[in-house]
Amino acid sequence: MNECDLAIVGGGMVGSALGYGLARAGAEVVMLDQGDRDLRAARGNFGLLWVQGKGADCPAYAHWTLLSTRLWPSFAEELKQLTGIDVQYQRRGGIHYCLDDRELSDYADELARQAAVSDGAFQYQMLDARELQAFEPNLAPDLPGGGYSPNDGHVNPLFLLRALQAGFVTHGGSYRPRHSVQSIERLADGFLLQTEQGELRAGKVILAAGLDNQRLAPMLGLQQPLHPQRGQLLITERLPPLLKYPSIYLRQTGEGTIQIGDSAENSGLDDSNTVTVMAELAARAIRLLPALRQRRIVRGWGALRVLSPDGYPLYDRSAEAGPQAFAFSCHSGVTLAAAHALQLAPMLLQGELDSSLSAFCPRRFQD
Amino acid sequence: MFQDVSQRADRATVSITIDGVIHQVPEGYTVAAALLATGRNASRSTLVSGQSRGPYCLMGVCYECLVEVDGIPNRQGCMTEVRDGMAIRRQQGVGVVGQATEQQEVGDGR
Amino acid sequence: MDADLAIVGAGPAGMAAAVQARQLGLSVVLLDEQPRAGGQIYRNIERPALRDRAILGPDYYAGAQLAEAFRDSGCRHISGATVWQITPEGQLFYSSEGASASLNCRHVLIASGAQERPMPIPGWTLPGVMTAGAAQILLKNPGLAAQDAVFAGSGPLLYLIVWQYLQAGIRVKAVLDTMPAGNYRSALRQLGGALRGRHYLIKGLKLFREIKRAGIPFIRGVTELEALGDSGSGVSQVRYRAKGRQALIDTRQLFLHQGVVPNVNLAMASGCEHRWNDRQLCWTPKLDPWGQSSQSHISIAGDGSGIGGAVAAALRGRLAVQQIACLLGRQTAAQRDASSRQWRRQLQRELAFRPFLDTLYRPTEPFRKPVREEVMVCRCEEVTLGDIRAAAAQGCMGPNQLKSFTRCGMGPCQGRQCGLTVSELMAELNQQPVEDSGYYRLRAPVKPLNLGELATLADPAATIDQETANEH
Repeated sequence: MNECDLAIVGGGMVGSALGYGLARAGAEVVMLDQGDRDLRAARGNFGLLWVQGKGADCPAYAHWTLLSTRLWPSFAEELKQLTGIDVQYQRRGGIHYCLDDRELSDYADELARQAAVSDGAFQYQMLDARELQAFEPNLAPDLPGGGYSPNDGHVNPLFLLRALQAGFVTHGGSYRPRHSVQSIERLADGFLLQTEQGELRAGKVILAAGLDNQRLAPMLGLQQPLHPQRGQLLITERLPPLLKYPSIYLRQTGEGTIQIGDSAENSGLDDSNTVTVMAELAARAIRLLPALRQRRIVRGWGALRVLSPDGYPLYDRSAEAGPQAFAFSCHSGVTLAAAHALQLAPMLLQGELDSSLSAFCPRRFQD
Repeated sequence: MFQDVSQRADRATVSITIDGVIHQVPEGYTVAAALLATGRNASRSTLVSGQSRGPYCLMGVCYECLVEVDGIPNRQGCMTEVRDGMAIRRQQGVGVVGQATEQQEVGDGR
Repeated sequence: MDADLAIVGAGPAGMAAAVQARQLGLSVVLLDEQPRAGGQIYRNIERPALRDRAILGPDYYAGAQLAEAFRDSGCRHISGATVWQITPEGQLFYSSEGASASLNCRHVLIASGAQERPMPIPGWTLPGVMTAGAAQILLKNPGLAAQDAVFAGSGPLLYLIVWQYLQAGIRVKAVLDTMPAGNYRSALRQLGGALRGRHYLIKGLKLFREIKRAGIPFIRGVTELEALGDSGSGVSQVRYRAKGRQALIDTRQLFLHQGVVPNVNLAMASGCEHRWNDRQLCWTPKLDPWGQSSQSHISIAGDGSGIGGAVAAALRGRLAVQQIACLLGRQTAAQRDASSRQWRRQLQRELAFRPFLDTLYRPTEPFRKPVREEVMVCRCEEVTLGDIRAAAAQGCMGPNQLKSFTRCGMGPCQGRQCGLTVSELMAELNQQPVEDSGYYRLRAPVKPLNLGELATLADPAATIDQETANEH
């Protein structure tokens, strides 16, 4: 089949969630993915379903994030029923640990602002040192405190990607790996995509190619101003239960390993990992959770975040008359997966993005 | 069962414990060799399914012979030489730092 | 600079390279995981465990001379050290006695040798099932052997170990040879090379004769193997099929072997390009005739550059050093070539025999790619053939996506026991050449590393605590 109603360019977290939602809604979709060794943010993900600290200065983002987390419980169940894959969804809340008193007070201000714009949907509690210990008894006793939100949770992001793709296929979608898209041409009644394995004609095109959206979007008159930011991760051997709640620094997975993360560097398109950052991640992890000192990492990793100038999503729709093209990118593909699949995908079939998402239009940078 | 074919009865020995049982083994033995020489073919149970595993490659590339040595879990038995007074424990599941290991139930409830 | 040259691995390639480099006036530091020099082939050679030298045979003790030359060479030897990263700038990080440290050297020679090819048969994870190489390691140090073991598989090392057991007076229950008769035919095409290595042939034939004369049951043409037993007590029986007939043997010890393959983890994680080697059925680094890799500051010698055996390994080590000395300005290209000529001839002679061996002992597909769904491919994370097939059926496009989707290769061995199986399986399932299907992307640290140790390398003026973006 070299023709389809709808082509999604990109099989990462955003493309797979949209593909899943579109196929679920009955669309005839082809998802074009790259190869096994291409850049993949989805393989370096931390797996948080995170609300804390998101959208204090962007109410639309706060609302969209909260909406997605509300959809998540039934979404995870739906994926499990459909594909048999347990994405290890868990929502017991999450904690942001603050490393000093100033960070703690700044953070309290930020969460207060976030709560103010979220119409009461965002719940949180600031924790002092003693309360933090009560929540997480294995943390270092001298941490000043942190923020807890029951809205936060986590999943296994690798299994999530697999479940989305499996669900996409089950709903009739056509998944095509090793179909890197070289160019896209607008025709009178659709689009012509040149891939590494030949041509494909599509009635509509959705770009969800991560950093590659920068290259592809201009071909469709769309805007995706993006830049890469490298994040590095460490993953420990399987451990007994040490952490009850996920955080942006440490997360104990369903397998028992602890993911150690949250570094940020500008390294261009180099996604390798470095001793300097790994050592700093290790030092901070031990500072937070002293039991890790005698434990081992089995793996180090690096991946590139897909960032917009202000860190918020970029959702764009072609303004021209005729066949429609869309482009989506964001760096919270896991948290927003449920909203992308269950809310955004139906909008694409309608051909219109809801006005509540207009804040994410990339034309905001022109004003 | 492994037996000594070195014909070196004169080798100096060290005293170690395996799961609390005292053994005298020649100096220069690795922990994995000490397990095998004392009739133990398994060194741990896996965390995924709980099945037993034992030394496999003896050259540090398979990570099957993981044991607890002096309270530190997940040591490679084939890469660790015995020392006098060493306490070796065959490891159940994840192993707990600084205490006798117990089977840890690690489900997806965390 | 800590030294002109850092060498990783104290086997024949590493030791010979160190001796040669010292002779050319280079300062050298050699790091090796074992407590004593020798690598796997000359393991423990400076402190032989066996009183009776006839057990291991003269090829083992031949290593003593090299080890002695190495000890006297003035090379700094850091034993018990695991190298876990070589940076693009040439800095080398290693772990030793619970601490990590780094070295800055002008050039690095990786001589990390070989490991045994995985042989994923049903039941290969049972306690009591080990590699034949493990049997030999136990014999070399501390001098242990198992009575009434079954040896299964094929290849020179397997037969050598059986012979060594025989010399030690240990009863061998049976040898189950998986080499298909058809391999003789295809190997005959390599007869020219075989004749150039006839001293190996003669040795091999003598070894077979003695095994036969000892009356050890030697079952040829084995097409199926399975270890039976239970997880609690380990292997109790081996089931096999030969010439269409199925049979059972009672044993508490099964040793498997089907050849050795390069130990690629460090070289791959250091960014050295590798190619699929269809003759040796493994990944080998892309090297120039001097062993220089795609990374200008890294050379590779020994079995890690392609299986060639101990003699070839030492020659490759010396040749690599000739070029390194040239690169570092210690000798001219003309000097390099003049002193290399003889070694290169010897190396050609050594390697001429390999195609014959590789063809003769080429493992058959069912022993490289399991047939039954329940066979464990990834021992660490317990991922079966069935799991891999299911992922591929869903569109999983290669080893790295497979790792994400199934955890295959995510355990502490970092793919050393499943990587080759997965390379071939994924290529087959996706109908691609193995070269295109590829391998796991390996990264530092190449072996599990203690967090406390890693943390000591942190810069006190850490930068990552500044405001960063979350990953979700």
